[in-house]
Amino acid sequence: MAEPISRRGLIAAGGSLLLAGCDKLNGNPALRGLLISAEDAHRASQRLLTGGALAPEFAENQRSPNFRSNGNATAAGNAEWDRHAAENFARWSLRVDGLVMRPLDLTLEALKALPQRSQITRHDCVEGWSAIGGWTGPQLGTVLRMASLLPAARYLVFHCADRFGPTPYYESIDLIDAFHPQTILAHTMNGGPLPTGHGAPLRLRVERQLGYKQAKYVMRIEARASLAGLYGGKGGFWEDRSDYAWYAGI
Amino acid sequence: MADQQPASQQPAPGALVRRHRLSTRLWHWLNVITLFVMLKSGLMIFNAHPRLYWGIYGANFDHSWLQVTHRGDEGILRIGDAVFVTTGLLGSYRDAGGAVQFHAFPYWLTLPSNYSLADARLWHLAFAWVLALGFAAYLLWSLLNGHIRRDLHITRGEWSPAHIWGDIKQHARLRFPTGAAALRYNVLQKLAYGSVLFVLLPLIILTGLTMSPGMNAAIPALLDLFGGRQTARSLHFLAALGLVLFFVVHIAMVLLAGPLNEVRGMITGWYRLPKDRDHG
Repeated sequence: MAEPISRRGLIAAGGSLLLAGCDKLNGNPALRGLLISAEDAHRASQRLLTGGALAPEFAENQRSPNFRSNGNATAAGNAEWDRHAAENFARWSLRVDGLVMRPLDLTLEALKALPQRSQITRHDCVEGWSAIGGWTGPQLGTVLRMASLLPAARYLVFHCADRFGPTPYYESIDLIDAFHPQTILAHTMNGGPLPTGHGAPLRLRVERQLGYKQAKYVMRIEARASLAGLYGGKGGFWEDRSDYAWYAGI
Repeated sequence: MADQQPASQQPAPGALVRRHRLSTRLWHWLNVITLFVMLKSGLMIFNAHPRLYWGIYGANFDHSWLQVTHRGDEGILRIGDAVFVTTGLLGSYRDAGGAVQFHAFPYWLTLPSNYSLADARLWHLAFAWVLALGFAAYLLWSLLNGHIRRDLHITRGEWSPAHIWGDIKQHARLRFPTGAAALRYNVLQKLAYGSVLFVLLPLIILTGLTMSPGMNAAIPALLDLFGGRQTARSLHFLAALGLVLFFVVHIAMVLLAGPLNEVRGMITGWYRLPKDRDHG
């Protein structure tokens, strides 16, 4: 008997229907909204389980021999950053503003004069790799207490010098992570000045979340009541660009 | 499955009997969807960094025990020092439009089919809840209603090498139990289901949690248990491979044992006991 459609052809046709169906579901706004809402469950359950617990810290001999950088490997091309880099960041300062009582401009020297925290932690990229390195800098909480947050402040936004195309990088965290003892503004990595690839002169370390939250080349910290109105409104470059989770504890 | 009955009351071959409980049937079909989504989205996540490591850290400069890459247009799988050419399946393939792509797993194995780590994570992390909660509920229910003790518990006699060897020989000859004996799981079935329930699923859920930096702060003991985040990531991948192997054998056994009767049993719960083999 002649077979108009071969069994193999039928399986292939069924397979591509299934594939097209999956992609259609992936693009369905209602289902996508449902999948995205799981992020709230991740945040709520992890905050409940974690409380103020610290991320694991490691010994010096457990550090990665060669710590690859994440995200942009430089902020070169940004005229302001280029100028500061040429002067070895001698006249660079971190701007702290937004919903604060006392806006600040803190030079590297001023940041280094604050009480410092050193920690050897694991950096986990959303892609799946991990690297262990040592970081030193003042706790973000110390800086925020100096600036004195207004009661309406709920989020800290990190404005960065590096760019993806025309868009500067930005990230945000809430007050729970901002005042966590391991959340520091690192100017030193593995005992030396923060290298360009890792965000010179200053990067955020927020150790209980993934790599894309660790903003590099930080120029300005802005306290805000809401993430609405900040670029795409989802609180970060990757969050706005492609629906990465704002809470990246998982 | 029905409780053990005295021989005189056992149903005859050919009889229609209740075989699977509602909890088993619901969880089974939920798993068809959940494992499909988890596997396909997981393969996409692997594509973002197609290397596996042992230990507490691991990135491009470190030694990976497994890597999928490409050499020119050839797809390459490297395990330890062994290199396999895997063009078309791993590392290099033609997409639906015919263009050569160099992701680890080809588009027809991933969710979504185009490269998107962000979308794959949306699926994977949302369905992780379905997998973990469904598994916990099923395990609890099966403990309470006696399913595990009665049907899955491997007795002392069944553990004997002679018994296991006998069962292997029966399977190798594709001679499956008939009549009332088909109502009870044989020891190879119990070993397969037991490995999934008590080894692979707990392992894949716990190693998944161990990869979360938030969970590392909450339960650092998980890192010690598995020997570090990158080891946990490798074990997570191997457990997924184990589940795929189970799936392949499972489908093969269903096809060999009579697919319509088996599928009806898993949908309605009713199963027709196989008749004795014709020895003519």
